[in-house]
Amino acid sequence: MSKNEVWQGTLALMILKTLDTLGPLHGYGIARRIEQTSGDRLSLNYGTLYPSLLKLEQEGWIASEWGTSDNNRKAKYYKLTRSGRKQLAREEEEWNQTTAIVARFFAPLEHQS
Amino acid sequence: MKKLRGWLLRFKGLFAREARERELADELESHLQMHIDDNIRAGMSSQEARRVALMKLGGLDQAKEAYRDRATIPFLESVVQDLRFTLRQLRKNPAFTVTATAMIALGISASAAIFAFVDAALIKPLPYQDPPNLLFVTETTPQIPRACLSYPDYLDWKKLNRVFDSLDVYNQRHYVLTTAAGMEKIAGASVSDGFFRTLGVTPILGRDFYTGEDLPQAPNTLILSYGSWQKRFGGKQEIVGQSLVVDELSYLVVGILPQNFHFAPVEDAEVWTTIHAGGGCLVRRSCHSLLGVARLKNGVSTSAALDDVTRIAKELEVQYPDSNRNQGATVAPLSELIVGDARPVLLLLLGGAGLLLLIACINVASLLLVRSETRRRELAVRRALGATKLRLIRQFVIEGLVIVVGGCVAGVMSSHWAMKVLVGLIPADMMGGMPYLNNLGLNVRVLAFVFAVGASAAVVFSLTPAFRLSTLDVREGMAEGGRGSAGKVWTRIGSKLVVLELTTAMVLLVGAGLLSKSFYRLLQVDPGFEPKNLITMRVSAPRNYMEDKEAVALGRKVVEEIKSLPGITSVALAHTMPLSFNGMTDWIRFVGRAYNGEHNEVNERQVSSEYFATLRARVLRGRTFADTEDASKPRVVLINQALANKYFPGEDPIGQRIGDTELSPSSIKEIIGVVDDIREGPLDSEIWPAEYYPFNQSPDSDFSVIVRTSQGEESLIPTVSEAIRKIDSKINVSNQTTMTQKANNAPTVYLRRSSTWLVAGFAAVALLLGVVGLYGVTAYSVSQRTREIGVRIALGAQRTTVYRLILREAGVLALAGIVSGIGLAILVATFMRKLLFGIPPWDITTLVCVAAVLGVSALLASFLPARRAASVVPISALRAE
Repeated sequence: MSKNEVWQGTLALMILKTLDTLGPLHGYGIARRIEQTSGDRLSLNYGTLYPSLLKLEQEGWIASEWGTSDNNRKAKYYKLTRSGRKQLAREEEEWNQTTAIVARFFAPLEHQS
Repeated sequence: MKKLRGWLLRFKGLFAREARERELADELESHLQMHIDDNIRAGMSSQEARRVALMKLGGLDQAKEAYRDRATIPFLESVVQDLRFTLRQLRKNPAFTVTATAMIALGISASAAIFAFVDAALIKPLPYQDPPNLLFVTETTPQIPRACLSYPDYLDWKKLNRVFDSLDVYNQRHYVLTTAAGMEKIAGASVSDGFFRTLGVTPILGRDFYTGEDLPQAPNTLILSYGSWQKRFGGKQEIVGQSLVVDELSYLVVGILPQNFHFAPVEDAEVWTTIHAGGGCLVRRSCHSLLGVARLKNGVSTSAALDDVTRIAKELEVQYPDSNRNQGATVAPLSELIVGDARPVLLLLLGGAGLLLLIACINVASLLLVRSETRRRELAVRRALGATKLRLIRQFVIEGLVIVVGGCVAGVMSSHWAMKVLVGLIPADMMGGMPYLNNLGLNVRVLAFVFAVGASAAVVFSLTPAFRLSTLDVREGMAEGGRGSAGKVWTRIGSKLVVLELTTAMVLLVGAGLLSKSFYRLLQVDPGFEPKNLITMRVSAPRNYMEDKEAVALGRKVVEEIKSLPGITSVALAHTMPLSFNGMTDWIRFVGRAYNGEHNEVNERQVSSEYFATLRARVLRGRTFADTEDASKPRVVLINQALANKYFPGEDPIGQRIGDTELSPSSIKEIIGVVDDIREGPLDSEIWPAEYYPFNQSPDSDFSVIVRTSQGEESLIPTVSEAIRKIDSKINVSNQTTMTQKANNAPTVYLRRSSTWLVAGFAAVALLLGVVGLYGVTAYSVSQRTREIGVRIALGAQRTTVYRLILREAGVLALAGIVSGIGLAILVATFMRKLLFGIPPWDITTLVCVAAVLGVSALLASFLPARRAASVVPISALRAE
């Protein structure tokens, strides 16, 4: 994957997973965390994050609330809801299955016999 | 579920737009700040930190745009934008907005109010079971299209018919109810036992009449109307099973009718009893007093029913030639009987209101056209900036919708009020004959009507400017002051609309003119007497006055008592008053003439000796009766001119003798005088031959009193009523009125007057709107041609030439409207010929007058713009653009 492309579905999954791991977090924090987790191999256009956050919120998987950041700055915090957690579990499962299937195709030939 | 929630949130997003935008801006700002903080901590200069952070965030506006698209529904969002824009535009143009909305509201209000009446009378089903299968069934005679059935005929029809599930009869009559307060006369009806079962109506309390309850030996029972039960007995359930004193006899209350039940032919009947065919009129085959209601067998058509009853009538004619000669049969849907005369009037009014609505819509459409014209530059700019054609058209659609919705809401509200006013204008005794108008108001059907009208108006309004848009040339529209062909296109469409408007106005004006003239003609009809200064009232005496001798004595006493009052000129008694109806007929035969059994049907009236003097009727020959001519003297009769002309052409009727069909000795009377025709029926009915018997030779304890006063008749009504009651407190006096009021409130007069006023009102508004439309087109055309006119004047054109130029233009339009209007109006008038009286649909004077009115108004409307054109100053006109 080239360095600056994240497609929509995956981005949503990454956001959910990030919130699951770190708890409530603001948009900037989520963006940084995604980049860090990818070992800086993924470069995110931060602006694209916000429509995704809005969509997830409309789906009811995350909720938002204004709060104060570590540096005493006002920031909007997002957290996972209960149905968000369920959704994450579902998507994780799906993702694992998909990657497992795809992985089989790329596995060495002798594996098949 | 999740999807729905998302859409709901997005829908909600349409409305909290500003708050949301601010929140996003805050969020992005805080994002930037945190990023900058981090960058500075990483050692960047503050300027560098900000630049990098901004870059990383990406195009701020794209982010916002993407966020917005996600936050709402983009299509609706832009619709909301258009709506806001429209509202802003409309607010900026209050004159246009108010005019357009008011015109729509006016049209909607008038047509919705009239439609509510049409709905109540013609659309809403009658409160019976399966009303389409109910028929009105009765006999006919050569003279009376709907004559009554006799009881023996009814029994035969019931037995011999093959088309009815059931056939029942009713007879409207009055009862005297004895209450704690005294004797009160109330409306009611007597019916055969199965009457309510035939209608499919079940009492809400108690029971229906039993089969056989209409036989002579059955006990006296009655059913109360819901209104009477509430009004007189406070809705107490115990009343069922108790007895009331009606007509001085005891009647058992057995049931209460449902609240929504009504039966217009007997008006607001309070009491329903069964007929007890024990004697009197009901046992004679020649005495016709009943009307029939039948329920058709399934699958039998009305015409098959007519064939069947006609067959029975023919059989009876052969069997009983004496009584049933020329007695035919007729059937009609019951709804026709109930709605009766109101139907053509209502349809006429609906037509009138519809035309008014049409004019209002045309006017609004042309207003919108003018507006779209003045907005050509704005549209061209938006187009050039990339707005799609669809988007611009949508703008017009929304604008049309806003105006229509506003107009409809205002119209519905004012129609509610208009209905109240219109119902309030109906006199109470007319209302009794139209019970279906109770509970008139806004219902689902009226609202559906308004919705349908509004929807079609909205389509027209949004399409007119949209259609114009397709001819819009962006480059031309942008050009400063560019007018070119577009203005002409509009003038062409606009002038067509004006011709249409003027045509419609012309049709309405002609309709109003014809109706007014008919009404005038009706009032000019000579009733054959002087209706001014006459009081009338009905006297019903109790049973002890039933004997002839007592009735005659009572009559004399009444006359004497009233005469002794001050201000009374003369007093007369009559069984049936003039101007009420043709009917109550007698079959006569002439002594000394060949007779082959034909029915010489004439109006039969019993009147007192001073009757003709009191009415100031004209006695043409012979003499009138003396008060002393009672049962002890030879029987005498007066005839009217029509009878003399019909049966004694070229002969002197005085001294001739007439009798009943058998010439039984007791029926023979000598003709002693001829009186000029008195109108017994309504003013627009024909004159029938009539005979007048002395009251004292065939008296009755129930009669009308007619009093001529020297002046101020209305103030004397209480005194006269009191004088009669003083004779015997058990005497009931009712229907006190003046002859003028009686004439004015007669149903035919009332229907004509109200429809004339309403149509005239519609026509006046239509004229106003049409003329305003003409003014608009002419003024617009002048404003478009200012430069041309300036050039003409600069080149030496006279002011009069300019006047002529503009007036000719408007004159052509007006003339086109008038000519096409006359053609259409004659066509429409032939459809409403039934409502005209004494004039043909193509009445020349009306047409000429209406054309003149419209022509003069049009001239005035175009004179103003013409004057503006003529006063154009060439220099400023040329400089202006």
